[in-house]
Amino acid sequence: MSKHHITATVNGEAVEFLCETQATLLDVLRDELGLTGAKEGCGSGDCGACSVMLNGRLVCSCLVLGCEVDGHSIDTIEGVAEGAVLHPLQQVFLEEAALQCGICTPGIIVAAKALLEKNTDPSEEEIRYWLAGNLCRCTGYDKIIRAVQKAATVMREA
Amino acid sequence: MINFAIPTSVDEAVGLLARANGSGRVLAGGTDLLVQLRAGRVSPGIIVDIKRIPDLKAVRHEAGGLRVGAAVSGAELAEHAEVQKHWPGVLEAARLIGSTQVQGRASLGGNLCNASPAADSVPALIAAGVTCTIAGPDGRREVAVEDVVTGPGKTSLAAGEFVVDFLLPARGARTSDAYQRFIPRTEMDIAVVGAAVCLALDANGTVSAARVALGAVAPTVRLVPAAGAALVGTKLEDAALARLAAAASAACDPINDKRGTIEFRTRVAGVLARRVAVLAYDRARSKA
Ligand SMILES: Cc1cc2nc3c(=O)[nH]c(=O)nc-3n(C[C@H](O)[C@H](O)[C@H](O)COP(=O)(O)OP(=O)(O)OC[C@H]3O[C@@H](n4cnc5c(N)ncnc54)[C@H](O)[C@@H]3O)c2cc1C
Ligand code: FES
Ligand code: FES
Repeated sequence: MSKHHITATVNGEAVEFLCETQATLLDVLRDELGLTGAKEGCGSGDCGACSVMLNGRLVCSCLVLGCEVDGHSIDTIEGVAEGAVLHPLQQVFLEEAALQCGICTPGIIVAAKALLEKNTDPSEEEIRYWLAGNLCRCTGYDKIIRAVQKAATVMREA
Repeated sequence: MINFAIPTSVDEAVGLLARANGSGRVLAGGTDLLVQLRAGRVSPGIIVDIKRIPDLKAVRHEAGGLRVGAAVSGAELAEHAEVQKHWPGVLEAARLIGSTQVQGRASLGGNLCNASPAADSVPALIAAGVTCTIAGPDGRREVAVEDVVTGPGKTSLAAGEFVVDFLLPARGARTSDAYQRFIPRTEMDIAVVGAAVCLALDANGTVSAARVALGAVAPTVRLVPAAGAALVGTKLEDAALARLAAAASAACDPINDKRGTIEFRTRVAGVLARRVAVLAYDRARSKA
């Protein structure tokens, strides 16, 4: 058997790709589809830099095989902004300087967006637990937590 | 070259695994398997993704209890109000596995069959008296969860067999359970000790049946009958809790490592069993 031919929906658009069994969804997104927003921090599920939505659930794309997603729907950081209009989370992260090197940021925004879609007014504790699988080696987290809270407020008032 | 298949029925999956002659690997959430593949610790001939077999993802009523597909993720399990109400210990144990991202994928079947002595959901499943259906080339068999794992990384599953689902048995009134683990932080860590207790009370609040299981203190998760027996006929008075703690510690045969010494794990097993028993007792009483 050679490579698998997979069709899926990524950020609302139909895509096709070929992949070997061992290739992860993260490999496919980055190397086959040119979507390099999701990062590989660890490749073992610990850091969350590769977070994406798979059929509406938050997952680590480094722990999903590319060939598993045939017929499935994937949403990545590249689909979070509406054209040139940033999502409130993205806007607030910039305003509040909730990032330094930015490697963790795509994963954190995808994860925080999933939280705010379930819970429009999460407490600090809820945010910290929800994001426990997203590691950041720069910010010390406080600015990230505050930015998520502020984005929640902006979104509630919108 | 690793082959890959997505069967849509149990029989098809059994056939694929049987033809692989022991070189097949089941894929559920992949949160253990992908890490092991990447580290080169497993090199299967074929990976069989079981998540598109409807029974593996279903949660349905059976004989007053619940039948939970082996590939149902922690996040999916938490969406069933009944699990929360009647099996809070099973749910809290399953929900301790990894991060939000890991919860989106990690399954009870994978947690059991990965056969780690520290697997969080396994003590809770054992304490709750859960059984699982195993399908294979010779048909299906129903097995108690405590009889599946035989050692670190080893199970009693024969080539071609896999776990289809779990039966959470019917719960009477005044029956409940609890699970806690000791870890140095509150998230994203491996249990140093895990303890699960399931209690049934009579109308007076006296324990009529008790099951206690311990994780991370022996090569496999242990059901500790002597610890359960210490609680039967009591209302968890101090003397009963002391007997429970002693029986729990006596059942330990842990490893010494950087996460915890033998002495520490042995002692914590007793302390944790006590705490968890009190929690299960309070839950069972407030349910009545
Ligand atoms: C960042 C991170 C944190 C984690 N934290 C925890 C934790 O706190 N507690 C904990 O207990 N675990 C933890 N784990 C380990 C893992 O997430 C769990 O063991 C999980 O339940 C595995 O389920 P899965 O569906 O992903 O299994 P998979 O990876 O799909 O499978 C695991 C193993 O079981 C086999 N298997 C899977 N399903 C079946 C079946 N139905 N029948 C037969 N064999 C089967 C597979 O072939 C494989 O060998 C963590 C993992 C990561 C990456
Ligand atoms: S790269 Fe996937 S969790 Fe770190
Ligand atoms: S900003 Fe650098 S890792 Fe988070």
